[in-house]
Amino acid sequence: MCAICGCSGEHDHSHGHDHSHDHGHHHHGHEHAHGTLVELEARILAKNDALAQKNRGWFAGREILALNLVGAPGAGKTALIERTIAELGGEPPLFVVEGDQATANDAERIRAAGAPVVQLNTGTGCHLDAAMVARGLSELRPPSGSAVLIENVGNLVCPALFDLGEHAKVVLFSVTEGEDKPIKYPHMFNAAGLVVLSKIDLLPHLDFSVGRALDHVRAVNPDAAIVQLSARTGEGVAEWCAWLRRQAAAARDSAFA
Amino acid sequence: MHELALTCSIVEMAEEAAEGRRVARVTLVIGKLSGAMTDAIRFCFDEVARGTAVEGAALAIVEPEGRARCDECGAEFATPDLLAHCRCGSFALTRTQGEELTIRSIELEEAA
Repeated sequence: MCAICGCSGEHDHSHGHDHSHDHGHHHHGHEHAHGTLVELEARILAKNDALAQKNRGWFAGREILALNLVGAPGAGKTALIERTIAELGGEPPLFVVEGDQATANDAERIRAAGAPVVQLNTGTGCHLDAAMVARGLSELRPPSGSAVLIENVGNLVCPALFDLGEHAKVVLFSVTEGEDKPIKYPHMFNAAGLVVLSKIDLLPHLDFSVGRALDHVRAVNPDAAIVQLSARTGEGVAEWCAWLRRQAAAARDSAFA
Repeated sequence: MHELALTCSIVEMAEEAAEGRRVARVTLVIGKLSGAMTDAIRFCFDEVARGTAVEGAALAIVEPEGRARCDECGAEFATPDLLAHCRCGSFALTRTQGEELTIRSIELEEAA
C-alpha cells in the first residue's frame, strides 16, 4: 500500500508540481498509475431523502398531517399519543405508526386507546427511515384529512438525520431527564418544529428549572414552538392539540399551494 | 449508531457508481456539524464493504469546519458547535458550511 496517500496500488509520488499531501484527499491533481476518478458529489442520504419526498407527496395528495415524534426512551411519547387520541375526539382522525426495536407493546396500547396503528420493529436499527414508514403507511392506509403520528424509536441521536416525509419533528423531553438535554443533544433539538416538555406534574418533586430548560431549547433552536404538558393530568394537552390542529389546517392548505 | 446505516448507503452508492469495476478509494465530505461521526464510519466501512466491489478500498474523509452567517447583522463566523451564536447576540443563523454529508468521488482500479 502506498504510504503517502494510503491507496492500494504502487505508484510514484514524486510528481512535478508543488502539492502538499497533508490533507490526504486531494486526488484530483495528480494522475495515479491505476486510478480513474469518478466525481459523484452525491448526498449520502439521497435514497432516504427521495423516499421521504415520495412520502411527503403521498401525504400532501391526501391532505394528511404527518408528525415525527422523537425523544429518549421513557420521555412519554406513547402516553402523549394515548392522551391525544382521547382529547382530539376524532378531529382530525388520528392514525399511528409505532417504531420500536422490538415488541408490539406500544401498538397494543394505542389500539386500546382507540386509534388504528401499525407497529414497525427495526430489530437492531436505531431509527425509522422513509422506506419503513412507506411500508407502514401501505398497511395503515390513513384516509384524506387525517393526521398520522409517527412515534420514532426512543433515541435522541440517530432519528435526527432521517427525513421520513413528515411536516415537522416533535421532540419530547421530560422534566425527569435534566434541563440540559437540548444542549447535550443539539442536533435533535435543532431539527424540531415543536419541543414538548413532558411530565410537568412531577415538577414539585424535582429540582428542575423550567426557565433554564427553555433557555437551552432557544439556544439550539430559536424558532421552535414550545409546549409544557402532562399527559397524566392533562395540563397543557389542550395547547398541544391546538398546535396539532393548526398544523393539520396548514397541511390541508399547503396541499393546494 | 446511524453511522452504520450511512456506511451501508456509502458502500451501496460507491458500488453502483463503479459499474462492475473495483473501487480503490472512496472520498467523503462529512461536515463537523453533520451529526455523523467519522470515527464510527471508519469503524464500519471495512466490514460493510466486505464481499462488495468496495472491499479493501481506502477511505478518505474531508471534514469541513462549521460556519454560519448571522440573519440579523450579516456577520460570517466559525461555528464549532450548534450552540454558537453571533457576537451581536442573535441566535438566528444560516449555516453555510459544516453540514455536508456527501460522497465526493470514487477512484476505480484500472481494469487488468
